[in-house]
Amino acid sequence: MHARIRILALSAIALSAVVTTACRKKPEVAPPPTPVAKPFNQDSADAAERAKRAAADAAAKAAAEKAAAEAAARMAAAVSAAKAAFAAPVYFDYDKSDIRDDQKTTLEAKIPVFQANADMRIRVAGHTDNRGSDEYNLALGQRRAAEVKRYLVARGIAEGRIDVVSFGEERPAVAQDNEDAWAKNRRDEFEIIAGANPFKLPR
Amino acid sequence: MRFRFASALAVLCLFPLRLAGQDTIPTGVRVGLTYDPSTRPGVFITAVAGDLVDSVRAMIARNLDFGDRLTVVNAEAGPPPAGRFNYELYGKLGASAVVQAAMTRQGSLHVAVHDVAAKRVLNVGDFAFNGAADFSPAWRMVVHRASDEVERWITSIRGVAATRILFVRDQRLWIVDSDGANLTPLGVGGIALSPAWHPTGRYVAYAQMADDGTHIVVRDLTTGQSRRLTDLGGSNITPTFSPDGSTLVYSAGDDGTDLYAVSPFGGDAPRRVTFGRGTPTSSPSFSPDGRKIAYISGRPGHPEVYITDADGTNAELLTEAPSGDQPYRANPDWSPDGRAVAFTSQEGPNLQVMVINMRDRRIRQLTGDARNEDPSWAPDGRHVVFTSTRSGAKQLWVLDTESGRTRQLTRGAGAARMAAWSPRMEQP
Repeated sequence: MHARIRILALSAIALSAVVTTACRKKPEVAPPPTPVAKPFNQDSADAAERAKRAAADAAAKAAAEKAAAEAAARMAAAVSAAKAAFAAPVYFDYDKSDIRDDQKTTLEAKIPVFQANADMRIRVAGHTDNRGSDEYNLALGQRRAAEVKRYLVARGIAEGRIDVVSFGEERPAVAQDNEDAWAKNRRDEFEIIAGANPFKLPR
Repeated sequence: MRFRFASALAVLCLFPLRLAGQDTIPTGVRVGLTYDPSTRPGVFITAVAGDLVDSVRAMIARNLDFGDRLTVVNAEAGPPPAGRFNYELYGKLGASAVVQAAMTRQGSLHVAVHDVAAKRVLNVGDFAFNGAADFSPAWRMVVHRASDEVERWITSIRGVAATRILFVRDQRLWIVDSDGANLTPLGVGGIALSPAWHPTGRYVAYAQMADDGTHIVVRDLTTGQSRRLTDLGGSNITPTFSPDGSTLVYSAGDDGTDLYAVSPFGGDAPRRVTFGRGTPTSSPSFSPDGRKIAYISGRPGHPEVYITDADGTNAELLTEAPSGDQPYRANPDWSPDGRAVAFTSQEGPNLQVMVINMRDRRIRQLTGDARNEDPSWAPDGRHVVFTSTRSGAKQLWVLDTESGRTRQLTRGAGAARMAAWSPRMEQP
């Protein structure tokens, strides 16, 4: 019992010595500048200088951290912008499944994302407006999704990377009955389903 | 109960000889009344002896009215007839036939139909409730079956009151009796579309939509068990059963869609029926002999109704050259007598329900008010149920294609659509 108490005591002393040494060491890490003239109060000047340096270090560190955070935020924003751009729908004319010329830019912008994320797989979902037959719209939506897949495959994207589904008129983007809503509902949507985590920005 | 028994006895005593001969009159053989399909003969329904009197009378009256082949004479029922049956009085009320019903002690509905002109009983029948609780769905179906037989005795054509209609509301399956009563969710999960009846009325098929695609499910209404039929990915949509119940045809495909045939109960690989070369194809409907299929194809650049032999050969455009600048024809449904195909067509700003005569290919427009679409024939080949916006939101309506008379089947919140009229429900 006594032996154990002694060991504990010794350990405590040793530990405090280590702590004290460590504490003392700190000023030695940042050596004071070579004194040029004897200052009025060397100790306080040294302290001020140390504080100044510490503040500068902290500021530099904070700036670095801030820069890093900003860079990360920029990256995240770029990634989410790129993901959003990738998800941008392609729109169709009424009762049509062929890809309009004005929609090809949207499709072309997706190709570099496939190239940057070689394992990425996506699902293209075809949608329709609610004007025609509910059942035929399911078939038409499938055709719209298939048409976009055909375009991407023709541009060199492997067939196995693109699933196609149709939701017909069952999931409208805008649940209204007017020309504007119908135009927004006749679309293909793009969803990343695998292989893009982390998401790599296209060059 | 005693009252019911006593009243039933009183009624039965009215025509004891006829009752004694009940089993000797073959059902369906008309012994007097001549039915002219171009008229609606008057029928009077007497007060129903026993409990639930007004309800049974009202149900039979409504069923015969909805059948559109008889005119229900609108007069006070008075007390159940007693003593000599006053044919002269019923004749003066405008009735060619009188329906006399009573609840029996044995738990059945006893029905007699009188021929007023011949002053004799035309036919009688006994419809067992099999212990079904009063006003339960099974009990109501017994009254519906009795009404359908009454219609057959008088007109030689069986009614369709004992049927149900399956439909989609808020992307869920619902089922309702043909008179609008007994509205019940089918209780299947997920988004369910395009329901279809097996010819036995025991099974239904539908398309179940999920994030990764749409699949065909066959559900046994007796056991409540569901089975996913296709596992092909992509869209598997618009199922229909062949008239013999041995084949299920549906639309599927990655690049466009085509019709496929498969056993509804598993065991074989889907067999491709149509070759649309990447065009949208959907909504098959068999001819009643099972030899042909009507369906929608987008091959002309817009949807049109085609028919093909069931093996996929001899496909031809059914609906003739378009009228108007946006031709659009969809949702064919072959009538149970094979004579016509009902379908949807873009007519001006709206979709309308049309029917094409299969003999001369003449097309007739059946609706004209608001948007009307997606017809489904009743087993009598005369009525169709369809979706209409005439009351505002999409609801189901029933149309008599002979007279043009319509009635609203569903009410309430949520769009009702994709109706499928059942075969006659033979069992309670």
